[in-house]
Parts: sequence; C-alpha cells; structure tokens
Amino acid sequence: MTNEIIISGFGGQGVMAIGKTITEAGMKEGMEVSWLPSYGPEMRGGTANCSVVLSDEPIVSPIVLEPTELIAMNLPSLLKFESVVKPGGTIFVNSSVVDQKVQRTDVKAVYVDCIKIADELGNSKVANMVMLGAYIEAMKNLSTDTIKEMLVHMFTGPKAKLVDLNIEALKRGAACVK
Amino acid sequence: MQKELWKGNEAIAEAAIRAGCKYFFGYPITPQTEVPEYLSLRLPEIGGCFLQAESEVAAINMVYGAAGCGVRVMTSSSSPGISLKQEGITYLCGAELPCVIINVMRGGPGLGTIQPAQGDYYQATRGGGNGDYRTPVLAPANVQEAADFVRLAFDIADQYRNPVMVLADGMIGQMMEAVEWGEMEKRNLPAKDWATTGTKCEREHNIINSLYIKPEVCAEHNEHLERKYKALEENEVRYEEVNTDGCEVLFAAYGTTSRICRAAMKMLADEGIKAGLFRPITLWPYPYDALKKCASQDSIKAVVDVEMSLGQMMDDVKIALEGAKPISFIGKAGGIVPTPRDVADAAKKALGR
Repeated sequence: MTNEIIISGFGGQGVMAIGKTITEAGMKEGMEVSWLPSYGPEMRGGTANCSVVLSDEPIVSPIVLEPTELIAMNLPSLLKFESVVKPGGTIFVNSSVVDQKVQRTDVKAVYVDCIKIADELGNSKVANMVMLGAYIEAMKNLSTDTIKEMLVHMFTGPKAKLVDLNIEALKRGAACVK
Repeated sequence: MQKELWKGNEAIAEAAIRAGCKYFFGYPITPQTEVPEYLSLRLPEIGGCFLQAESEVAAINMVYGAAGCGVRVMTSSSSPGISLKQEGITYLCGAELPCVIINVMRGGPGLGTIQPAQGDYYQATRGGGNGDYRTPVLAPANVQEAADFVRLAFDIADQYRNPVMVLADGMIGQMMEAVEWGEMEKRNLPAKDWATTGTKCEREHNIINSLYIKPEVCAEHNEHLERKYKALEENEVRYEEVNTDGCEVLFAAYGTTSRICRAAMKMLADEGIKAGLFRPITLWPYPYDALKKCASQDSIKAVVDVEMSLGQMMDDVKIALEGAKPISFIGKAGGIVPTPRDVADAAKKALGR
C-alpha cells in the first residue's frame, strides 16, 4: 500500500506542516516515508506545495507526479493538480477559499470548510489541522492517537494549551467526512 | 535503532557535529542554506565556531587555516559557490589538508537556477583547480546516506590527508526522510603530528604549504600525492548494484537520478523488461572495474547512462566499458528532474523496442 500525496496552498496556510505531520506520523507507525517540498523564489505569497509518500515498501522516488490524494488549500492548487490525480484517488478541497467544485467524476471529492471551523474554534491558525483531521478520517491510513502523541511532544510549557485545540480541530475536520 | 525524520541539509549538518567537526566556514546559497543555518545554532552550543564568511573564497581559505591546525572542519555551498572555492580546494590538496566540502548541486552554468541538478560532475571528479590533484567524491542517494557519508568523509579525509567532497543535489538537501544515527565503523586514523599546533619549544616547526619552488622537489611531492591517490583508488571505491543479475538493460546513475531509475525499473518490470541499476557511490575513485564486470553479463544488451546533466558521467561509463556494450544517454540539465517514464522509454529505445 502506497499513498502519494500532494499538499498545496498559499505560503502561510500550513501546507508544509500538514505534510510534515503526515510524514512523521507515518514514520512513527513503521511506514517508509518521504517529504519533498517545492522550493523556489515564488514561495512568498505564491503557491507552495509538498509531496509526501507513505509506503509499506522502500520508497524509490520521492517525486510525486500522479498523487493518490491531493489536498488543495487554495484554488490555484486545485487548478494545477486536479488533472494529475490518479483515477480512484481523493481530492480534499479547502472550501473556505475554493469556490469551485472538483470537475472530475473518477475521483472522490471531500470539501472541508477549514477556516470557518477554525474560526469557530477561536484560532484561524488551526485551519490546516482541520484539513488534516479530514484526511486521516477519509484515508484511515494513520491513527489519530499517533498525531496526538506528536502534538503533546510538540506543544509543551506555555504552549501546552494548544494540544487540546489542535485535537479538537482534528475532530471537527474528521466530522466533515461522510 | 530509533528512526528520526530529518531534512537532508540538516542531517548533513548534524552528521558533521557527530563526526567531531566543531568548525564551519561558509556563505549562504540556496538550496543548501539549512546546513549553515543549523550549524550557526548548534556549533556555539558545543564550544565550536560557526562563521559566515564575507564570500565563498574567504570561507574555503578559513577552512585551510583551521585544517592546518588539525581540527575537523567543514564548508558547504551549492554549485556557483563551489566554483568560487576551486582555488582553495587545489591549495588544500597541495598542502594535504583534510576537510569536508559539501556541494548541494543546483542548475548551472553560471548562476543557473536553484532547482536540483548534477552539472558539477566534471568539476567534482576532474577538479576545477590547477595541478594534478584529486578529491574523493561521495554521492548520497537519500538522506540516510547523506548523514552516513558526511561522517565517512571526515574519516577518509583524515586517513589520507585530503579534502573529501560530498556531492548531493537540491532534492537530497531539501527532502525529509527517516534517519537512524547508528555508530559508524571506527577507523584507525593517523595522528595529526603535522598540524600547526604550537611547538612549545619541544619540536621543529610544522609548516603547511603548497609551494615547492624547486621542480625536483615539486615533482617528488606530486609523486607522493599520486601514491596517495592510488591507495584511494585501491581502498575506497564504493558502488551499489540493484537487480543487475540477468537484466536486459543496465542503468548507470548516481544520487537522485538513481532513484528515478529505480522507479523506471518498476515500470519496465510491469512491461516485462528486466532492468538493473549500477550506482556509483564514489564518483572519484570511480568504480570502473565493477561497472565493467557488471555490464559484461551476456544478458545485458544496452547500457543507459542517466543524469541531471548532459552526459558528463558518460565519459566514465565509456572508460569503464571500453566499447564492450552500446551506451546511450538520457538526461536533463538546468533544474529539471527526468521522469521515470522518460527513463523507461529511453531504456526501451536502447533495446530497440
């Protein structure tokens, strides 16, 4: 089983963080993993993306050309990558900022109102975690407990209060998947 | 052993610290800037020295000074910055100073682009400086190897009193993969009794120099260096073979492109074609004999050299094969990574299918 994921959005939307979290969680669950960012002069204000591979066998190439899943946090990302998603794959759309629907009929589409939900939780910065929650719920390839452990490790001291907020964001994102 | 997620550049930097390197001199350049960034935080913590020099030229000469004192020292840069360091590298070789030089290659020539490339193959393996000198070159294909080869590079440098280069590219530098920080095999390294550490009035002065003005003395020095390079060729050749037994087509590729070849090999397997990979790990000394032996199998009808440059390693593949097998080339330069499909199609074309 191999998941090849492209996560894409504006710089600042936390797309690299979604990718890193999925990658680290995969590693902790014993999978082979790789994370490859786009890097270039266009990143500030432009669209940034990263490619993540999770696999139960050694990863040959970390470059993802035909993703099994696409997480599109903005419209340019959906327009750029919708056509290359593998048939039968899944496209996750941040419907807070993307007002278009997925055109293809041979892929599954999941719409997540990331910013609205994050605002309801009182912190718009967790919009990416809402999306991550939806991804984990839909794909069932990672355990939420693994992510929780990572959050506890990541947020300590005065930041410890962010653990519950992020867990709540994951739950609210998961609830968007039907 | 616990696996940790590391970015290539940061793994390179951490590996240097674990190898006992406490001194780093460099100048920022994409796509390797996380190396100096990481060391600027960590080296002061362990009582080392991180210094951002005014230029790459200054940085490599600071490396010369530190190496002359007998300490483990590293510099890192990317292609245009490594060009600037060439004078320093030939001086380091001439003066027999051990150090580690990281090149996280980007597209060239000139300022080129910041995306991954392998266009510095000639410069790394043939040398961009003057004179008869050699630098061992280790080419990692993943983050684990990047970490391992930096530690190995310090040992080879100290054993042979010579600069050693780790040649990665923007993809290896920027990507994250799992790393296990296992113990490296311990080498018996010679004492650095040549270093300029102060005589304390107890011994003759040690002199670090690359000037041998009398031609007879300079010639003798060259012969001494040549013996050292021969020993490196005998003892330090490294390579990997993947799926080569009975393959019909053999890819020759290093670093990032070797991974693209492995993806292409899977595609070809699905189409009923058995492809193998010969991956040089030391680009100098190049595994000529091993490649020749590998390619000499009767089953191999074609050898395909794959690069993110325009046929630079082809020269070494040709030297190795001595015309024994037809060789073709597929590659892209200037920051574009060839796709597995491109590579698979090139193999089929080479087989006449």
